[in-house]
Amino acid sequence: MTPEEAVHRHFQRFTPRQRLARWTAMLVTVAAIVTSLRHVEIIPEFLYDAPEQLLDLLNRLWPPDLEYYPLEVHDALLETLHIATLGTVLALFLALPVGLLAARNFTRNAALNWLAKLILVSSRSVNSLVWALLFVAVFGPGAMAGTLAIAFRSIGFVGKLFAEAVEETQVGPIEALHATGAPGFSVLVKGYWPQVKPAFWSIALFRWDINVRESAVLGLVGAGGIGFALDAALNLFYWDRVATVLLSIFAVVIVAELVVTQIRKRII
Amino acid sequence: MALTSAAQGGKSRRNPFPASWPARLGWALVLIYVVYASSTLDVSWDRFIAGLGYGGEFLGRMVPPNFSRWKLLLEGLLESLEIAVIASTMGILLSLPIGFLAARNMMPAWISWMARAVIAICRSFHPVIVAILFVKAVGFGALAGILALVVASVGFIAKLFAEAVEEISLKQVEAVRASGATFANVIIYGVLPQVLSRFIGFSTYQLDSNLRNSTMVGIVGAGGIGGTLFAAFQRFDYDFVSAILISIIAVIMLGEYISGHARRVFE
Repeated sequence: MTPEEAVHRHFQRFTPRQRLARWTAMLVTVAAIVTSLRHVEIIPEFLYDAPEQLLDLLNRLWPPDLEYYPLEVHDALLETLHIATLGTVLALFLALPVGLLAARNFTRNAALNWLAKLILVSSRSVNSLVWALLFVAVFGPGAMAGTLAIAFRSIGFVGKLFAEAVEETQVGPIEALHATGAPGFSVLVKGYWPQVKPAFWSIALFRWDINVRESAVLGLVGAGGIGFALDAALNLFYWDRVATVLLSIFAVVIVAELVVTQIRKRII
Repeated sequence: MALTSAAQGGKSRRNPFPASWPARLGWALVLIYVVYASSTLDVSWDRFIAGLGYGGEFLGRMVPPNFSRWKLLLEGLLESLEIAVIASTMGILLSLPIGFLAARNMMPAWISWMARAVIAICRSFHPVIVAILFVKAVGFGALAGILALVVASVGFIAKLFAEAVEEISLKQVEAVRASGATFANVIIYGVLPQVLSRFIGFSTYQLDSNLRNSTMVGIVGAGGIGGTLFAAFQRFDYDFVSAILISIIAVIMLGEYISGHARRVFE
């Protein structure tokens, strides 16, 4: 390249290929948005009416019927918390072995890795409400179906993150333990566990926080908890009771988030 | 153990792996809680065993999946996709200003505090609960689902966007301001280039999440495949249920694959 050419060289941030990919992605996005907007069935009258209807809804919700809280909401709220916590604990126990099987540095068998990944992906792809529907059909309505739904939905999430944490462990301590002739279980408990412990508790707290939110809706399909009270109030159009339920869910979710942040600050 | 102490000449025999009593106490408490919570929730081994029998029968009725009503299935899936796309677009557009207002290094405290309260409210409720309220407000159909998922998107994207804006380097912002740029120019040339790639990351993630939830809001009548799924459940059409579930999982996986590629393009 002569100096002349170097001076007049035109600089561009991306290669032609990158630019093509970017333009294609943007084009596809715009096309998807336009097609969706044209095709989706929205009744315009409902849209014009929406602000008025929303105001009407707020009027009906306010003031909340706080006397309803001790009658039914309190127990249901506790049940929701139990469903979330018990489901999380169950998920942690079930996810540990699956996560270990999915970690390629711990399990050196491609077929087992693949099987574990399949379990994790199928657990994550099914929404907790669908899991709840399935378990309600199998075990009948109630908190048991909800707990199992929360647990099965969480296995994929916890297992995936746990497997990633195991794959990031350093080999030093593990090789040292192997060199002393430690059996497999000791290597797991004294070599891997101390390294993944902070990640594990962080995942557990994170999932518990999510599960508190998710367990609040399970009652809508009959799987116990506060959703049951919400569904009952909705079906009878007791909007002031609905407001009480919503307020209590809001309070619990905020408290759960505060608890998780505090614990995370102290422990991890 | 004998080997190590012999090697150290018997001087210090400290156990390298002492038992941790606080940890054992913690595990014991977890166990007690599990037993207590199981009893209050009426979770019992007998019920579990009884359920397994029903479970076998249930699974038997789910295979083979019945795709004969594929038109209904396709219609529902398409509506779910449309809900997800529109809700993500509107959610992203709304999240940009709200997230920006919530960033504490950009705005006075009282504005960011208010924006944060809006985000907290959007985040606290599951999209299905929000969908119930919108079904009451705007009637059955896709509009309620879209509005519910817009709320969920704002709760997620605006929060992460605010955090991303709070982490930017102020040097570039100052440099742009020093050149005499207007407020809009400072944002476009000083702030956005620093956060845009992360913003695209959150947005594609939220698109995935909206796709998952748009298949669910139909349970409360807010449009999409969820309504078809719930109806099939209530009519005990379990072979159609399994067909719907398989299709939903396939669509979600395809969506994750595409959004993963999109993230790499814009990295």
